[in-house]
Amino acid sequence: MTDTGFFGRLNWDAFPITGLIQNPNANEIVANSAAAIVIIGVIVVVGSLTWFRLWGPLWRDWLTSADHKKIGIMYIVFAIVMLARGVLEGVVMRAQQAVGPGDGFLAAEHFAELFSTHGTIMVFFVAVPFVFGIANYLIPLMIGARDVAFPVMNQISLGLTVSAGMMLMVSLVVGNFSTGGWTAYPPYTGAAFNPGVGPDYWIWAIVVSGIGTTLTGINFAVTIYKLRAPGMKFMRLPMYCWTIISSSILIIFAMPPLGVAALMLAADRYLDFHFFTNDLGGNMMNYANLFWLFGHPEVYLLVLPAYGIYSEVFATFSAKRLYGYNSLVIATMCIAVLSFTVWLHHFFTMGQSALINAVFGIATMLIAIPTGVKAYDWMATLYRGRIRFSVPMLYGLSFLMLFVIGGLSGVILANPTVDYQVHNTLFLVAHFHNVLLPGVLFGLLAGYNYWFPKAFGFRLNEYWGRITVALWTVGFMLTFLPLYFVGLMGMPRRSFSWEDPSFHPYMIVAVIGALVILSALLSVIVQLWVSIRDREKTRVPVGDPWDARTLEWSIPSPPPPYNFAVIPRVTDRDNFAAAKERGEAYPTPEEYEDISMPRNTGIGFTLCVLSGVWMFALVWWIWWLAVLVTALMLLSFILWTFRLDTEQVIPAEEVRKQHEAWLDLVRSATPVDRDHEIAPENRGLARPDLEAVT
Amino acid sequence: MALLKPSAMALVIAVVAASAQMTWASNSFMDPQGPIAAVQKTHLLRATVLIMIAVLPVLVLVPLIALRYRRRKGSAAEYRPKWDFSAKLEFAMWGVPVVIVALLSFYLWKATHWLDPYAAPFGETPALNVQVVGLDWKWLFIYPDLGIATVGELGIPVKQQVAMTLTTDTVMQSFMIPALAGQIYAMPGMTTQLHLVADTPETMQGENTQYNGRGFTKQKFLTQAMQSKDFEAWVESVRTNGIPLTDDTYRTLAMRTDRDEVQATLGTPLMPLNALYFTLGEGDLFQSILHRYHGGQPLPPDQQPGTAEFGQEGVQ
Repeated sequence: MTDTGFFGRLNWDAFPITGLIQNPNANEIVANSAAAIVIIGVIVVVGSLTWFRLWGPLWRDWLTSADHKKIGIMYIVFAIVMLARGVLEGVVMRAQQAVGPGDGFLAAEHFAELFSTHGTIMVFFVAVPFVFGIANYLIPLMIGARDVAFPVMNQISLGLTVSAGMMLMVSLVVGNFSTGGWTAYPPYTGAAFNPGVGPDYWIWAIVVSGIGTTLTGINFAVTIYKLRAPGMKFMRLPMYCWTIISSSILIIFAMPPLGVAALMLAADRYLDFHFFTNDLGGNMMNYANLFWLFGHPEVYLLVLPAYGIYSEVFATFSAKRLYGYNSLVIATMCIAVLSFTVWLHHFFTMGQSALINAVFGIATMLIAIPTGVKAYDWMATLYRGRIRFSVPMLYGLSFLMLFVIGGLSGVILANPTVDYQVHNTLFLVAHFHNVLLPGVLFGLLAGYNYWFPKAFGFRLNEYWGRITVALWTVGFMLTFLPLYFVGLMGMPRRSFSWEDPSFHPYMIVAVIGALVILSALLSVIVQLWVSIRDREKTRVPVGDPWDARTLEWSIPSPPPPYNFAVIPRVTDRDNFAAAKERGEAYPTPEEYEDISMPRNTGIGFTLCVLSGVWMFALVWWIWWLAVLVTALMLLSFILWTFRLDTEQVIPAEEVRKQHEAWLDLVRSATPVDRDHEIAPENRGLARPDLEAVT
Repeated sequence: MALLKPSAMALVIAVVAASAQMTWASNSFMDPQGPIAAVQKTHLLRATVLIMIAVLPVLVLVPLIALRYRRRKGSAAEYRPKWDFSAKLEFAMWGVPVVIVALLSFYLWKATHWLDPYAAPFGETPALNVQVVGLDWKWLFIYPDLGIATVGELGIPVKQQVAMTLTTDTVMQSFMIPALAGQIYAMPGMTTQLHLVADTPETMQGENTQYNGRGFTKQKFLTQAMQSKDFEAWVESVRTNGIPLTDDTYRTLAMRTDRDEVQATLGTPLMPLNALYFTLGEGDLFQSILHRYHGGQPLPPDQQPGTAEFGQEGVQ
């Protein structure tokens, strides 16, 4: 490394406006618009927080809160902000490819930055935080606990994830992001071939968010192992909790290889190591193995929680028990285990023997068995039900139909023989969008619609919800189904330009699809806005708007900070459904106890800011700052450990008052049947359904 | 949504139908020009049909179940809210995928061994040896036994086996001629192998599928399969019209340029507009490229092709 000044290698050339002044063209305009959106976004947020005097409440109620529910909501807000950027990038990329044969309007390197940030953002800063947000909110409520096992660690996880995500935002304004794709394969991303800051932004964002993710995995696993309410045996857990256990196991085992791979790449780039360089025995094949040892479990740690959400949604909106609970549990665990045995299918084309390829190909196909079983189990759950086409159910049906197409292309890709042809083409791109959109994103949006009334006390607008489902479904199909065909026709992924005129019609359809997806995203925002506007008509304070089956619906909406006034005793699998059937759904507790909850702390926020500065200093080689911030992080953590007064006690009397007020509300509420589910009468008290007894 | 679903399905069907009717681009294994790509196409279609056995029930039954068991006034459909297990159904749910996967695995095992890119089940021997070097952003084809090398044009005789040994003198790349065979990675300091055969005299496109910078999408070449007589004539014309591939020429070739850019520097009026022809001198160029990375000494960027320091277009 060369000597650097006070600001390391940071200078005016790092800012996109310099490029615009020197060389005004479409490419620079796109780059500057992106930077401007970030800056304007920050100004608007800071401005409105100041104008409405919200800094205090924001700090007291949110940023310093250790409440798993608030942390969950913050995760989701962050995920949706990043989703907006990821979708916009997708639209720009599809537009570039739709321009037609020739070079389009973006520079090649700029296009490469777009596919690199798009992938990195969608995987690490949309899917992961969205999954974690929903899980954070739900896990304690579903297992009858007051919080996660380590509430402050939870806050730190969020802080690290957000600060890493912010690095991707900063890279729009200062310097460039990597052009090496979300996988960042060396030697292309090594110092010799890419000496700039791009790969460094990628490395530190991945390392820091990876630490946050790993901590969350540990947190969820311990929470479910240790904090289940009395009687909540493993085989009584809601299906969603099972998927989170397997997902947590995947996180704990899969994230370290990624962190190691990224740090080894950092050692190459910063310290002149030779893990993955061309010379001195470096070998990029090791990187590919480490990366995909993480990368494949990663897709399952994202999709399993979505399967969990669908399981809850299908049961509730079919007014029926989940079919094949045992089967689903076994299938989930099978998938979790098998997902560690297939990583090599991401590089069948690296020159290993036919025997190895065949073994990994068959291992990959084996995953199709438990996945297929799941699809059939969900169909059997619908079978002989009383299906209500509410928004989460519509996402679910759309998912079932589209996901099997993704499964089809997945099994095709598992054949090394065919993979030799379609690897690195748009066929692959179509495949993983086919599993990640209908699989993960639709699941998360279904969960968002399903549990929103639990979190905020009012339902989301059904009309706009349905429009949103339609737009996502159509948008997905228009955008990605054509890519299968272009992939078979041999178009490589990551092509910023192409020549073959026969691709053109497909590219046009795909860009139209991308615009439909963009409108789906806008529709999500409109739905939220309309719902907030009409919230007085959709309040469900009693807490059970869907006649649902699991514990989280047995408490008020929104739940009190301590979740359960009295920890429930669990006697059945769908405990709340069973209690409703017995007519014991809303018992009056005999006695109340003092509840101690974690006190607010600023450590998560402090580490969020400091780790952000730390990453920035490392990316730009501002060594004095990196050392200083490292010291500050250690210091603030050590100081935090000296704090003894970490819990606040909510007196039993207070709990009793709140809980009895709610019980009065329950008694005074009119129960509604499923015909009035989306009517204003639905205050969250479900009436046993007309044909509940066969 | 109830309105939308059928129309959405119609759209899928329309897309599938449209693509079935249109003729595939000739640069794809859907229009195979050799036995390997032909087997790959068959394998793809067979796998698709087999998987459809598991997929079709979902596509057909989900809408039917959703319609039949939807909640409505006076529904005659059965309602069994407590039904959550059936041994028979369970057996089918696990059994059918197991059978399909077993069948697919059988074909996978056979095909993977048969089409191993390192093996050579097709074509007449002796094989034509071609050494392939990936550069930023062009492919260099060395014919060690014929004393020639080309860029932008790969000439091969039909029916004869072509045995390729691949490496790169820059970052990792992935070599593919879709109409003939699948891809294989080319990596610095290492070799991989690929065997292929062309059936008919035809021009096919070849490419790199692994993103490697600004010139990535320009890294294409034409594969000319020729009758053996024509091939001999082609070799002769390369030999006569080519320039010697000296260390200096190779250095220019290895810089960060796409083929058009390097053509402007090295091309002569005797060569085609989109290809460079070379004659080989003494020494084993391919081995020296491989050995570059095994010297036991650190290689500064200015000695590594593909870096800005080594040289790029306009900076020579």
